[in-house]
Amino acid sequence: MLVDSFAKNRPAIIAIAIVLLVFGIVPMFGSNYQISIATEILIFALLAMSIDVLAGFAGRTSLGHGAIFGASTYVVVYWTSVVGGSPIVAVALGILAATLVAAVFGMLASRVSGVYFLLLTLALGMIVWGVALRWTSVSGGENGLRGVGRPEWLNDPTVFFYICLGIVLTLSAVIWRLVQSPFGLTLRGIRDSESRMSSLGYGCATHMFIAFTTTGFFAGVAGALYALFNNFVSPSTVQLSQSVEGLLMAILGGIGTLFGAFIGAAAIILLENFVSQYTARWPMVLGFMFIATMIFAPEGVLGAIRRIFRVGKKS
Amino acid sequence: MGGLNLIQLLNGLTFASLLFIVASGFTLIFGLLRIVNLAHGALYLFGGYIGYTVAGSTGNFFLGVLASMLCVALMGLLLDEGLLRFVRGFDLRQVLLTLGVAFVLNDLALVLWGGDTFSVPIPEMLRGATTIGGVFYPKYRIFVLLLGVAVFAALWLMLNRTRLGALIRAGVDDAEMVEAMGINIRRVFLATFMLGASLAGLGGVVGGAFLTLYPTADSEILVFSLAVVIIGGRGSLVGAAVGSLLVGLLNTIGQVMFPELAYFVIFGPMAAILAFRPLGLFGRAV
Repeated sequence: MLVDSFAKNRPAIIAIAIVLLVFGIVPMFGSNYQISIATEILIFALLAMSIDVLAGFAGRTSLGHGAIFGASTYVVVYWTSVVGGSPIVAVALGILAATLVAAVFGMLASRVSGVYFLLLTLALGMIVWGVALRWTSVSGGENGLRGVGRPEWLNDPTVFFYICLGIVLTLSAVIWRLVQSPFGLTLRGIRDSESRMSSLGYGCATHMFIAFTTTGFFAGVAGALYALFNNFVSPSTVQLSQSVEGLLMAILGGIGTLFGAFIGAAAIILLENFVSQYTARWPMVLGFMFIATMIFAPEGVLGAIRRIFRVGKKS
Repeated sequence: MGGLNLIQLLNGLTFASLLFIVASGFTLIFGLLRIVNLAHGALYLFGGYIGYTVAGSTGNFFLGVLASMLCVALMGLLLDEGLLRFVRGFDLRQVLLTLGVAFVLNDLALVLWGGDTFSVPIPEMLRGATTIGGVFYPKYRIFVLLLGVAVFAALWLMLNRTRLGALIRAGVDDAEMVEAMGINIRRVFLATFMLGASLAGLGGVVGGAFLTLYPTADSEILVFSLAVVIIGGRGSLVGAAVGSLLVGLLNTIGQVMFPELAYFVIFGPMAAILAFRPLGLFGRAV
């Protein structure tokens, strides 16, 4: 039984071990700056994984998860700075808010698929952005909101990094279990043929709604961590490029690979930091990368490697 | 709150008119080519900036409109033939590719024109106000209103009374069959793509004169266009008109009643329509 479950979960165990190893040693060698980049990679890998659950296993490409992520960030920063509440409560409220936003999105988006799903999540996400931009009295408008900083016990970058690592790896394992569960198998069934699944008696819309809300929860956790990490939130946190970056990370890592998200997130964030040293034209670079990925490697880096070596496990 | 007065109603209608000009191009491309051109907002912004530059340097608004429509149509040509040809047949890859193009174009506009707010100069004869129904109202906005109606009429006639229109309608229903009849559907597609793009350019100049142009204007107009198409249904001209009126008027009501949450107001009808008609009011399943 134990051997069985090990064999079944081997890819996940190996992937988590690698991430733990690679990221775990960063604080031993890295400067504070490098630790903060590693933290950012972990946070965005979680966002990318939440997008990958929908894109890879349910066949729905979402452009609204950046907004869900950012909604959580807004709530956390608002609660700690404007209300002056405790950061723990703030994080809980942020995750709750993101889950609620995702539930509303999910209710609307669960009945459509393909390009329509993409358009709808895009429009919904941009409404969040529009509200963040215009609701000046609450969101601070274009100036955004500045947080009060992390609490004492979290202030050390190394401590915060390890806490993020713990949370992200735990949730990775949870997400892995989720996509391997009967629920995850049903999602894959819907991805492959919605009409067949509904004739078999599965409630496709209900499954999609639950899947969307659950991934919203994960994006919300990432958003709450980001609030503690960045200590600042502005409309650019909820804007489309956030969703686009998250999606690109998932695609680069390989849609449906789940743990590829770490590779994708590392690639994008390292590149962003590198490019930003020389030019302010990051959006243009991001755009070109997106175009190039769509033309040359839509199955992502891992997918391209898999295609070359044919080592892919049949899922 | 004293309800909507005539001026606010007219403001809503002029905004709806502009939305229709932009969204009709979007929905045409979506309906026929199955391409959701997310660079449409960026084309709008580019068109507006080009119109601003040309109209500013020549002093002729209509030359600006012409230049903008031509340039943006050309950009549409490059986008379709230069990039989209590599991903034909893959819906999602096409959409995401146009999204990448939108990022590049938006950033390029920031490089070329900077982050300042511009306003396209209004031609002499459209300046000032006139009396309509007992209220003073800017002549230019009435021009926009009429232009929207004219664009609707022209597109309707084009779609229903010309050969190209017949080909487009046939292509919407069954592109393969049209091709089997010996028609080069690619050329029809390309013409439609350029026409749709040039409408974004037209919208950019016309809208740039009363909504002003700034770096996030493309995202804003894109959300509205998406809402119009989601409400009206893919590829439907009448749907785009109804959607534009609904979104335009609701947005104005929203701005009057809850200025800070105006964006939220278009969410309501979108949600309601999706719940009952997931493909939009006039959308048809393929």
